[in-house]
Amino acid sequence: MKPYLVALLAIVRREALRFLHQRSRFLAALVRPLVWLVVFAAGFRAALGLSIIPPYQTYITYEVYIVPGLCGMIQLFNGMQSSLSLVYDQEMGSMRLLLTSPLPRWWLLLSKLLAGVAVSILQVYVFLAIAAGFGIVLPPLGYLYVLPALVISGLMLGALGLLISSTIRQLENFAGVMNFVIFPMFFLSSALYPLWKMAESSDLLRDICAVNPFTHAVELIRFALYQNLNGMALLWVAVSFGVFFGLALVGYDPAYGLTRRKPGR
Amino acid sequence: MTALELVDLGYSYGAKRALDGVSFALRPGRFTALLGPNGAGKSTLFSLLTRLFVTKEGRITVAGHDIAKEPRAALSKIGVVFQQPTLDLDMSVAMNMRYFAALHGISGREAARRAQEALERLGMAERAGETVRGLNGGHRRRMEIARALIHRPEVLLLDEATVGLDFKSRQDIVAHVHELAAGGLTVLWATHLVDEIHDSDDVVVLHRGHVLAHDTAAELRKGRPLADVFIEMTATGETA
Repeated sequence: MKPYLVALLAIVRREALRFLHQRSRFLAALVRPLVWLVVFAAGFRAALGLSIIPPYQTYITYEVYIVPGLCGMIQLFNGMQSSLSLVYDQEMGSMRLLLTSPLPRWWLLLSKLLAGVAVSILQVYVFLAIAAGFGIVLPPLGYLYVLPALVISGLMLGALGLLISSTIRQLENFAGVMNFVIFPMFFLSSALYPLWKMAESSDLLRDICAVNPFTHAVELIRFALYQNLNGMALLWVAVSFGVFFGLALVGYDPAYGLTRRKPGR
Repeated sequence: MTALELVDLGYSYGAKRALDGVSFALRPGRFTALLGPNGAGKSTLFSLLTRLFVTKEGRITVAGHDIAKEPRAALSKIGVVFQQPTLDLDMSVAMNMRYFAALHGISGREAARRAQEALERLGMAERAGETVRGLNGGHRRRMEIARALIHRPEVLLLDEATVGLDFKSRQDIVAHVHELAAGGLTVLWATHLVDEIHDSDDVVVLHRGHVLAHDTAAELRKGRPLADVFIEMTATGETA
C-alpha cells in the first residue's frame, strides 16, 4: 500500500504547489465567485423572493442562497481547468510522465483527481472566509460538515473534466468549454434559483435542472453547510462520479483515447 | 536475456501505417541508436515502449516481462526521456526528482539518496537546489536523464533528447549517455542526427515504419561517412 500513498501525496503536493505558483489563476478563482456574490446577488436581492425551503429554517437573503452554488462553481471551474491544462499547457507531457509510472493507471488518475479536489477545497474555504467577511456567516459546524460534501462533489466535477479531456477533441479552447459545459451546467441548476422558481417559468427547465448532476452537487453542499445530509443528492453525485470516472478510464486506456494522439501534437 | 526485445511490432493511425513488422533486440549494456528521418515512426515506437499506446500486433519484452501481460513489471524496468520536456519549472531540481521518485513509490531518505546519486552520475549534483527555470536547456535535459534513472531501470529510452540544444550541450549529453551505457545500462537513443553516433554503437535504421538495418555503426558505414549511407538508405528505401 505504501507506494500508492507515496505517489498520491506527491501528486497532491505538486498540484497544490503549481496552483500557488500561478497567482493569476488563484486570484481569478477567487474573484469570480466574489463578483457574483457581491454584485449579482446584491442586484437580485430585491427582485427575487425566496420562501423557506429545506435546509433553511428561516427567511434568507439571496446572498445566503447562492453561496453553495458559488462553492460548486469554484469546483466546476477548477475541474474543467485542471483537465484542460492537460491538453493545452505543458501538462500533457507531465501526464505522459505520470502514466509511465508502474502504478495502476486508475490509481494515478484518481490521485490526479484528488489533487485537483484538494486545490478546489482550498479555494472554497478561502471564498467562504471572504464571504464571512461580507457578513454571510454559516453555522460554525457547517464549515466542517461541508468538507466531505466538497470532496465527493469535487471528485465528480473533476472526473467530468477528465472525461472531457480524454474524449471530446472539438473543444479547442476554454471558451468552448465555458459555452458548452460550464454555463449550461451552472445556469441549468439550483445554483442561482431554487427548482420551484424554475418550475414557475417552465416545467421542462425544472426537469433539466433536476437531472443535472451539478444541481445535486450544489444541493449536497447546501445541505451539508446546514449540517444536513441530502441522501438523494449524495446518491446522484456518487453515481455520476462513478460513471464519469469509469468513462474517463476508458478514455485514458492506452488502446484508445487521449494518449493515442500523435505525440507532440 | 536481452533487456529489450521487439518482435514483429505493428501500429496504425487509422489507415496510416506507422510501424510494420518491426523486430530487433537490444544488446545489454550497449548504446543503440534508433536512427530515422522525421516521420519514420520513432515517436510511435517510443509510445508503444512506454505503454502510452498499445498494439495487438507483435510483442515487446522488457527484462523478460511482456509489456502486454505484465505492464507494471515492464514499466518499472524502463527509464524514459521524452522529446518534449516534462519539468516543473518553478520547482527545484531536487523537488522534480523527488516527485518522480514518488511516482515509483520511493520516498523519504531513500528518494533523496537516489536523487543525489542520479544527479551525480550526470554531473548535476551541485544544482539540486536550483529552480529548473534558471537552468539552461542542456542542464534541464541532464536533469531529465538523471530523473529517468532514479528507479534504477535496466533500459533507458531517449526520444530525440538533444532537440533544440546548442552544439556544446548536445555533445555533453551524448557523452554522458554513452558513459551510462559503458557503465552497464542498456540505452535506446532515437535520433535523426548521425553525428551523435559513435562507431562502436549499435544502430537500428528505421524508415517509414520498417527496420532497414541493424548493425554497429562501423559495419554499416564501412569506411564511408555514416550520413551518406543513411541518406542513401532512406532515399531508396532499400535494405542494406
